[in-house]
Amino acid sequence: MATLLRIEDLKTQFFTSRGIVQAVDGVSLHVDEGETIGVVGESGCGKTMTALSVLRLVPDPGRIVGGHIWFRDRDVTTMDPDQIREFRGNDVAMIFQDPMTSLNPVTRVGIQIEEAMTAHERFSPKDALGRVIPLLQRVRIPAAERRKEDYPHQFSGGMRQRAMIAMGLANEPSLLIADEPTTALDVTVQAQIITLLKQLNRELGTAIMLITHNMALVASICSRVVVMYAGRVVEEGPVHQIFKSPQHPYTWSLLRSVPRVDEVRRSRLVSITGLPPDLVRLPPGCKFHPRCAFREDRCSEEEPPLGEVDTNQVARCWVLMRNVPQEAARELEAVTVPHDVAEELKSMPDLEEAADGS
Amino acid sequence: MAVEVRAGATTQPVADPVILRVEDVYKHFPTGGVGGEVVRAVDGVSIEVRRGETLGLVGESGCGKSTLARLITQLQPATAGRVMFNGEDLTQLSGARMRRMRRQMQMIFQDPFASLDPRMTVGEIIAEPIDNFGVARGRARQQRIQELLRLVGLNPNFTNRYPHEFSGGQRQRIGIARALAPNPTFIVCDEPVSALDVSIQAQIINLLQDLQREFHLTYLFIAHDLAVVRHLSNRVAVMYLGKVVEVADRTDIYTSPQHPYTRALLSSIPVPDPDVESGREPILLQGEIPSPVNPPSGCRFHTRCPIARVPGACSETEPDLEPHGRPNQQAACHFAGQEIG
Repeated sequence: MATLLRIEDLKTQFFTSRGIVQAVDGVSLHVDEGETIGVVGESGCGKTMTALSVLRLVPDPGRIVGGHIWFRDRDVTTMDPDQIREFRGNDVAMIFQDPMTSLNPVTRVGIQIEEAMTAHERFSPKDALGRVIPLLQRVRIPAAERRKEDYPHQFSGGMRQRAMIAMGLANEPSLLIADEPTTALDVTVQAQIITLLKQLNRELGTAIMLITHNMALVASICSRVVVMYAGRVVEEGPVHQIFKSPQHPYTWSLLRSVPRVDEVRRSRLVSITGLPPDLVRLPPGCKFHPRCAFREDRCSEEEPPLGEVDTNQVARCWVLMRNVPQEAARELEAVTVPHDVAEELKSMPDLEEAADGS
Repeated sequence: MAVEVRAGATTQPVADPVILRVEDVYKHFPTGGVGGEVVRAVDGVSIEVRRGETLGLVGESGCGKSTLARLITQLQPATAGRVMFNGEDLTQLSGARMRRMRRQMQMIFQDPFASLDPRMTVGEIIAEPIDNFGVARGRARQQRIQELLRLVGLNPNFTNRYPHEFSGGQRQRIGIARALAPNPTFIVCDEPVSALDVSIQAQIINLLQDLQREFHLTYLFIAHDLAVVRHLSNRVAVMYLGKVVEVADRTDIYTSPQHPYTRALLSSIPVPDPDVESGREPILLQGEIPSPVNPPSGCRFHTRCPIARVPGACSETEPDLEPHGRPNQQAACHFAGQEIG
C-alpha cells in the first residue's frame, strides 16, 4: 500500500519561561493509504502535538523546530499559508475530544458543514448545499433534513461528534486524524462512534489516525499501533503482534495495567511506579528508565535506538521483554501497601472510641 | 432475601451481614421552571451492601449513580426512602448521632483537583477528619497523619506541602488518606480513577484493593468503566435513568447478563485483545439516554431497547427488579434473559 503520510524526525518544542518543553522529540512514523493506525500514550507523551504538527496547528508558544512531514510528495513543514489552508480539510481533517468547542454555537449545524466545503472551493456553493444532507446521513444522523437546521446545543454529545465527523469528511480527505474522539462520550455512544469510524474507513477508504490512551480501542479498530512516551516513539508494529508480544516494558506494562471486561484477572494489575518525566528536564539515557522495573545500568546512560525486534516491529529498549525472566515480571504484581504501617495504624488508640467507653 | 454466611462468620458476633440497605430511595430535583417539573435523578432505588464486600455500581452519565452516592452519605437529603446503615435509618438521624455514623462512612471523590482545598496543607487536609471526629490529639495525631501518608505511598514528610505540588494520582492518594483517617468501615468511591492516566489508574486500583484487605473495608464502588468494576467488585448493580435495572454477582453479570441494557453495555466495551475484538460486534443501541425529567412510560429503557415490544408490556408497565438467571441475580425486564438479534 502506498504511503500517504511520512513523518521524519519531527521535533516540536514549546518555548516557555520554565525552559524548552520537548513535546515531540524526534518522532518518525508513517500512515499508508486507507490504513487505520493507533497512536497511544498517556497525557503529555506528545501524541496530540504530533497530530497538530501534521496540520501545522501547534499552538503558541510551540513551534516545529525540526524534521519533515511528507504528505504524498509534498512537505507540510515548508508549505506557505495558502497551501497549508488548502491542505487542511482537503487532504487531512481532524476531529477532537470535545466536539462542542470545535463547533460554532451560534451557527446552524448544516451551515457549518456547508461552510467547510465552500471555504475550500472544492465544491460549488450549489453542490456544497446539496451535500449537507447526504453527509449527515452518512454519519447516521437520523432525520438529517430536519437536524441540519439545529444549533450545536440542540445536539447530544454523540450527535455533535457525528456532526464533526461529517464536517471532517466534507471535502473527502485521505486522512482523518481522530484525537480521543470517544473519551468524552458514554460507553454505548462510544460504541456507535467507533462503529461509524470503522464503516467510514471501509466504505470511503479514508485512512484513520486514532490518537488515544485506550489500548482496547486500538485493538478494536487499528491494524497498526505506535506507542509514544516522553515525546518519542518507543514501540511500533502490527496490532496483533504488539498485543501478543510487546517488547518495550512500557507497552508491556500498559497492556497489563488495565482490567478486561471479558475476563476476571486472577492477578493484580501491573502498576507503573512514578510519573512521566518533565519534558523540560528529560532524564539521561532511556526516558522510561526511572519508571522501568527491568532497567539495567546501561539504560540510564545511553538512549536506546528504535531497533527492529521482529518483522515490522520496532522497539526502543536495551532489555526487551523477551529477555526478562517471568518471575521478574510477576514481581510487579506485588502488594504495595506496607503491612507494618497498616498494623501500626490499627494499634493506635482512638480517643473517641475510648471516650464512648464501648 | 438470600443471606450469605461466610466461612468463619460464626465465630464473630456479626448480627447482620448487610452493612448498608438502601430502601426505595428517591431524589427529585426541581428544575425551577413553571409547572413544577422535576429531574428524577434517583427514582426508587433499593440496594444492599454486605460487610466486607465491594458492590460495584455502574451506569452512564445521568443514570443517577453519583446522586445515589450523595444520598447514601447524607450529603444530600433524599426526597423519600430510607438509608439503613448498621441498622439505623440515616435519614432520621441528627446531630451527634449522625456525626458518629458519618465517621464510619467516608467518601473518595472523582476529581482529585476539586476535592482538596488548595489553601490547606496536606497535613491539615488529613488532620481535619481526625480533629472533627476526635480520633487523636497532640503527638499521636501527628504520628497518625504521617502513618496515613506512608500507608498510601506518599512521603510522610510532605505534610507541609499544598495540593498543587502533587500530581493527579498523588492527590487521589491524599484523598484516600483523608478518607481513612477516621477509621471508617465503609467507603463510597465515586469514580475514583476515571480522571487519572492509565498507568496511574492501576496504582490507585491496587491501593484500594490492598487497603480493603488490610482494614476489612466495605466499598461501594461507583464507575462507568465496567472493566474496572468487574476487576474490583464482588457484586455489580447496573443503573439506567434513575433505576437499578440489574444486580448480580460479578461473574454472573458478565457471563449471563439478563437485562438487555446490561448486555449492550458489556458488548460496547472494547477488549484490549485484537483477536477477541475481531470476533466481537457491539449491540448498538438507538440514540442516547432520554431526559430524566420525562422518563419514558413503562420500562424506561424501551425507547432504546433492541427487544422491546412496543406497543405492549414494555411501553405500558414498569418492570420490577425480580429474580432472573443465577441465584443472586435480579433484573427489571419483562423479557429478561432473552437473546438479542
